[in-house]
Amino acid sequence: MRLIIPLAITFTSGMIMILNFFIPHQPFALLGENLQEWYMIVASGAIFLGSANLLHVHFRKTRLKLKNWKYSPVTIVGFLVMIVLGLIYGVTENLPFDYLFMNMVAPMGATMFSLLAFFVASAAFRAFRASNWRATLLLTSAFLVMLGQVPIGAMIWDKIPLAKVWLMAIPNTAGQRAVMIGAAMGVVATSLRMIFGIERSYLGGAD
Amino acid sequence: MNWEIVGIWLGALVTLCLYSFLYRDNPYYKFAEHLFVGMSAGYWVIYSIFNVLIPNWWDNMLPEGGGFNWIWVIPGLFALFMLARMVPRIAGLSRLALGMIVGTGAGLNMLTFFQSNALAQVKGTIFSVATGGVWSIFSSLVLVVGVVSGLVYFFFSKAHTGFTGKTANVGITILMVAFGASFGYTIMARLSLLIGRCTFLLEDWLPTIPRLLGIGG
Repeated sequence: MRLIIPLAITFTSGMIMILNFFIPHQPFALLGENLQEWYMIVASGAIFLGSANLLHVHFRKTRLKLKNWKYSPVTIVGFLVMIVLGLIYGVTENLPFDYLFMNMVAPMGATMFSLLAFFVASAAFRAFRASNWRATLLLTSAFLVMLGQVPIGAMIWDKIPLAKVWLMAIPNTAGQRAVMIGAAMGVVATSLRMIFGIERSYLGGAD
Repeated sequence: MNWEIVGIWLGALVTLCLYSFLYRDNPYYKFAEHLFVGMSAGYWVIYSIFNVLIPNWWDNMLPEGGGFNWIWVIPGLFALFMLARMVPRIAGLSRLALGMIVGTGAGLNMLTFFQSNALAQVKGTIFSVATGGVWSIFSSLVLVVGVVSGLVYFFFSKAHTGFTGKTANVGITILMVAFGASFGYTIMARLSLLIGRCTFLLEDWLPTIPRLLGIGG
């Protein structure tokens, strides 16, 4: 019973979505439409679970004075400030919640991602040593795309931006398409395995 | 108090704290990193309350015209079941919610992925017929051969020997060029974020310093 009911729910909800696609009439249309909304509501429960877990981890870290515990109150206070301001003022523009998002969360997100520029570049320097002709090809392709994106590329040779456009439009599209088609087949196979209860590791084991 | 300047300073301070990591791991970076995690989590909770729960759940359960739609209690209960994972005694309840999420997600994604990522891409490849001169014909050929050989490379049910092996080798070559192009593009996207942050520091934040000190115009 521990697994049968969740598996039955998975099968029913999966089949409703499939039937809704192939038979877009009542009752499947209504069921499918409602189930999509239910899906969003239940999935938002996962955000609450994640946040509760975050608080649990940091409270525990502070209580037991684990490594770097002094920073845990910063996370807790940051979380609570956003929650309290959001609940009091809502998400309307120019109010405190939006103010903190625009002036702190968004800049920190952009800075974090921009930091990756340095690390990706240094990782590339180590990984993309032209050890064989295929690695050289990868390096050349990356270099041409980067050069074609900035004015200095066109200043060096006016055909570099055109080469970049061709690389992105033809070989890149071909490679991405092969990956996308392969991944789509994988999604179809895995989804069917999940709906029919063959794949059940997401429920915490295959017992 | 000028809240605009306060906002610029808050943004600049957290930006500088995070960039301090380029020197080495330090307390300022750790402070900003932990603050970012906490504030982001808080933001997403509030976002899901105001953009998912209120319009999709609350407004459906208690419509404006009055009444109570009991059927909408079920997704609310399932969302609560997710939190049961935090309590070991009733953790099994979260499987019901997981079952629903996984089932709906699998049914939905299976069809949308198959339509947009498989059928549409195959169609796009078939209809990529050259319309111009020699260069266009060559490009179309590279596209079609690239897609087919790339797929052969990902096909592991047949040993990559003989003709299959040679085709798979062409596939690897195309994939290497594609990954290189994607990589270059990703680096440039990250660099543009970096330029954005530097522009913010130089053009928005730095000019506020003389203003605060009462120097200049």
